[in-house]
Amino acid sequence: MRYIEPHAHMVSRTTDDYERMVTSGCQAVIEPAFWAGFDRSSAQGFYDYLRQITEYEPRRAAKYLLPHYCWLCINPKESEDTVLADEVLSIIPEFIGKPNVLGIGEIGLNKNSKNELAVLEKHIQLAADHDQMVLVHTPHLEDKRKGTKLIVDALKNHPEIDPAKIIIDHVEEHTVGIVKDAGFWAGITLYPESKCTSARATDILEIYGTEQIWINSACDWGHSNPLAVPQTALHMRRRGHDQEFIDKILFKNPHDFLSQSPNFKAL
Amino acid sequence: MIAPPATTPALADDGFMDARAKMLDIAAFLDRLDRHAQGSEDYRIAALRSALTELHSETPGRVARILDQLSDPSQEPIEQATEQGAAGAYLNLKS
Repeated sequence: MRYIEPHAHMVSRTTDDYERMVTSGCQAVIEPAFWAGFDRSSAQGFYDYLRQITEYEPRRAAKYLLPHYCWLCINPKESEDTVLADEVLSIIPEFIGKPNVLGIGEIGLNKNSKNELAVLEKHIQLAADHDQMVLVHTPHLEDKRKGTKLIVDALKNHPEIDPAKIIIDHVEEHTVGIVKDAGFWAGITLYPESKCTSARATDILEIYGTEQIWINSACDWGHSNPLAVPQTALHMRRRGHDQEFIDKILFKNPHDFLSQSPNFKAL
Repeated sequence: MIAPPATTPALADDGFMDARAKMLDIAAFLDRLDRHAQGSEDYRIAALRSALTELHSETPGRVARILDQLSDPSQEPIEQATEQGAAGAYLNLKS
């Protein structure tokens, strides 16, 4: 079995996880910029973080023969402070030319505030100005449906970015239709509690089809599982889906989307 | 829509014990809350009780309808984010 892990926060995982992922068939891992679990106090903190995911982390993954790619942004959880956000936005272009950068992400909303929305719109403009793909985080739990609609509306204000180059992540049963009907790619995140289980993810694929959609673990420092994607393949097999179905979801779809970036090359 | 290739008995074999265990866990959770009840009910529990009625529905789409019930129904961005976390149920559901 081969798979791509299209959303993993490897800076918060051990090297043991790299070994387990590679021996489970992982062909590439993609790391969106995210919240560190606490608010960084300055743009310099982000500068060091962006160096980490563009310089250090690819070398750590390479020790396990795993190609490592990333997305750049200030996470929506830290976007309420628009002064800090503007400072971080100003340093992102310095990193866009790095060889493992695929685009701008994971941008989006957290609590659906006016400041978060303003920073989201600046990120979208940044992506448009630099012809970058976009990966979008949708809010958690009770904030997800409202936030997904606000995000879709904000993206539609930028027709210069092809919807086929935008993936809206963390969809669930009540938001996947909103995303797919608007022409964007959709990501399903496999979390033990707060997002989708393997069974529910497979249900969504059966109901909404296998086009323009992927699954990911979004593993980080919290309750998450870096092997959630290959373990979902086992669930799909137990339900009777064939290898072609599994390979499309786990490998071909993320490969097709990510290959729109000239930087992306899976093993 | 992609028809699941597994037969109904196979899906039942694969999922019944897991669903049974989760159902019992919810029942035990509600019993535990009753034994330790203090003051008015937490809005999240009220939301949970309300959503449970959806399980009696015979119409597909139960998960989406439950998620909709637990969601913030407003449409405009809020003035300011005063917290970073989410609770799993919309606060105004308690009123």
